[in-house]
Amino acid sequence: MSVPGPATRIAEPAAAGPATLVSIAAVWRALASVPDPEVPVVSIVELGIVRDVVRERDEIVVTVTPTYSGCPATAMIEADIRTAVEEATGVRPRVQTALAPTWSTDWIAPEARGKLLRAGIAPPGMTLASDIATSARPITFTRPRAPVACPNCGSLRTSELARFGSTACKAQYRCTDCLEPFDYFKPH
Amino acid sequence: MLLDYLLRFADNALVLAQRLGEWVGKGPVLEEDIATTNVGLDLIGQARLWFAYASEVDAREGHAGRSEDRFAYFRDSGEFRNLLLVEQPNGNYADTIVRQFLFDQWHVLTLGQLTLSRDERIAAIAAKAIKEVRYHVERSRDWVIRLGDGTDVSHSRMQSAVDALWMYTGEMFSVDATERALIDAGVAADVEALQPHWSAAVNAAFDEATLVVPADAWMQGSRSRGGKQGVHTEHLSRLLAEMQSLPRSYPEARW
Repeated sequence: MSVPGPATRIAEPAAAGPATLVSIAAVWRALASVPDPEVPVVSIVELGIVRDVVRERDEIVVTVTPTYSGCPATAMIEADIRTAVEEATGVRPRVQTALAPTWSTDWIAPEARGKLLRAGIAPPGMTLASDIATSARPITFTRPRAPVACPNCGSLRTSELARFGSTACKAQYRCTDCLEPFDYFKPH
Repeated sequence: MLLDYLLRFADNALVLAQRLGEWVGKGPVLEEDIATTNVGLDLIGQARLWFAYASEVDAREGHAGRSEDRFAYFRDSGEFRNLLLVEQPNGNYADTIVRQFLFDQWHVLTLGQLTLSRDERIAAIAAKAIKEVRYHVERSRDWVIRLGDGTDVSHSRMQSAVDALWMYTGEMFSVDATERALIDAGVAADVEALQPHWSAAVNAAFDEATLVVPADAWMQGSRSRGGKQGVHTEHLSRLLAEMQSLPRSYPEARW
């Protein structure tokens, strides 16, 4: 695929100088180039992890929120943010964590859902109520949950293999039509 | 007093996470190995949030402002404030699942109340944690039903687990002076008021799972002499011996 890579989006030249000279927009552009370490097809901005960028006196402060409280990628994300912003603006930002309001998969940007889908990961909460009403559903031992569309063939005849998957934010599913197993980004 | 209350939640999460970590590489099937570890990981994350706040309160109360690591690695069992239930050994997978369900169901109800705490930090941590714990209780409840209403072997192991662990459930709802004062201040969860809801949820799952609750069980750790007050079963000190040995032998070790 020839989608422009994240790196090409940093147009702002590195402006060495104090935080007062750095534009907030440039910081956001730098942050948009930081991929999520565990789901690298989307950026941390698209995932809704970056909550705010402000200038406080002579400092750039980036506020992030963890997806899952035990997410092992958190420390790496913070390090990536410091590196990306420093490279783009010449100023090393302070990264702080905010717990409230809590992160939700509702904050994932619409364009990121398409990227997840193309990467073979079913995005959270994509199924239409009308689809649920008309679709045949496999019977499982667990209580019924909303069906998840297969990212490979689009079928709603899918079943949960396991409630936890390759990362804290995903569950494992299988399509009973095309038989492809896939990751499902859990609604959270 | 607030510090003590925060440590109860931090220690519940930490000790149970350590127990779940003991299953790594030994789960009955790969998916459950991953699931158990993921639940443990969520709990480690939650423990860190509680410890971070406890550290600030510790400093405010005129102590050293002990770090997360000081709290986790350099306290002895008598200083831990977790429930007796979470320190019980893993046993077989039925024991682990029953322990998890009894705790998850209590945890989700308690965190639900704490999201309304007058202490904003507690409310924020609870709001973060409850999203994860709701998922935990769905899974542990599913397994209670699946294994309880399963084969003769799985049923009998589940019933034995319930019989063995039930005596540790009373403590979850016994309120001591620390908790009472914080409940009155609108800070702590009123666990006494939550007990009927917990019982209803547990009974509903057990009915479906064809499991029965032991009659007239003596409840360990109630009457303010249990894990919340630092009076533990011997299992905790063994767990800590393993968990703490590296930082105690090499206090300033860095990766």
